[in-house]
Amino acid sequence: MKARVHVMLKNGVLDPQGEAVRHALGNLGFDGVSGVRQGKVIELDLADGTSEDTITDMCEKLLANTVIESYRVELL
Amino acid sequence: MRAAVIVFPGSNCDRDMAVALRAAGADVSMVWHKDPDLPESVDLVAVPGGFSFGDYLRCGAIAAQSPICKAIVAHAARGGYVLGVCNGFQVLTESGLLPGALMRNAALKFVCKTLDLKVETSSSAFTEGYNAGDLVAFPVAHHDGNYTADPDTLARLEADERIAFRYTQNPNGSVADIAGVLSDNRRVLGMMPHPERAVDTGHGGTDGQALFRGLIGQLANA
Repeated sequence: MKARVHVMLKNGVLDPQGEAVRHALGNLGFDGVSGVRQGKVIELDLADGTSEDTITDMCEKLLANTVIESYRVELL
Repeated sequence: MRAAVIVFPGSNCDRDMAVALRAAGADVSMVWHKDPDLPESVDLVAVPGGFSFGDYLRCGAIAAQSPICKAIVAHAARGGYVLGVCNGFQVLTESGLLPGALMRNAALKFVCKTLDLKVETSSSAFTEGYNAGDLVAFPVAHHDGNYTADPDTLARLEADERIAFRYTQNPNGSVADIAGVLSDNRRVLGMMPHPERAVDTGHGGTDGQALFRGLIGQLANA
């Protein structure tokens, strides 16, 4: 089985990289981009039957830093 | 006084740290990250700067899961002293020994220069060699030194005087100009600037000597 973990900076945490991307889009002439937030996607190849709780544990312990990041698990 | 300097793949300030500790009188051993135990009767663990594990995932995140980090957490839980500088500070926040997190610098640039810091408290083994309000010049060299913490944590750090150093000119967007923070028991210090790069006249300044001498003097008497 596979799972995809989406890690994003929490709302309210300033994302300077997203801001830089937003500026660059503006410079390219793409008007109307009022915000960009950049995160990461982590794909996991897992033993069949791995529970969602186990994946959550992986996120809490390593894949996301929950001080600044939120995560969302997508089972594929 | 016995000190251990941890070496991760990608550490690059480990030898500078060892030199600074030895110059202040410590008996220093270098400890590889795969070792499950610290040397016996170690008083101080120093987690040095660098780019452990290539900063993969997040700065310090992989190092914080290495075998030696469990021993460092146990050492701190016993009341042992821990100093984390630069990447070492990131490792200490990732391992939960210090609150908050270090994010990408607000201006997205790697900053490499010597900055004045204000000593905020002399009430710790690390800072007792200074007076609160002293200005010290330490080099900074980092890409991810933008300290952040939630408002409750910040209020607690302020109220308990656990902010050890503040920038006088904020180079990275850190909240409240924070350059270094202490643990609840004041025996764990994490800081982005490099005191070990300011201990010899050849470095261009010696403001870091008081940190190492004070620390080692206090631990030797303990």
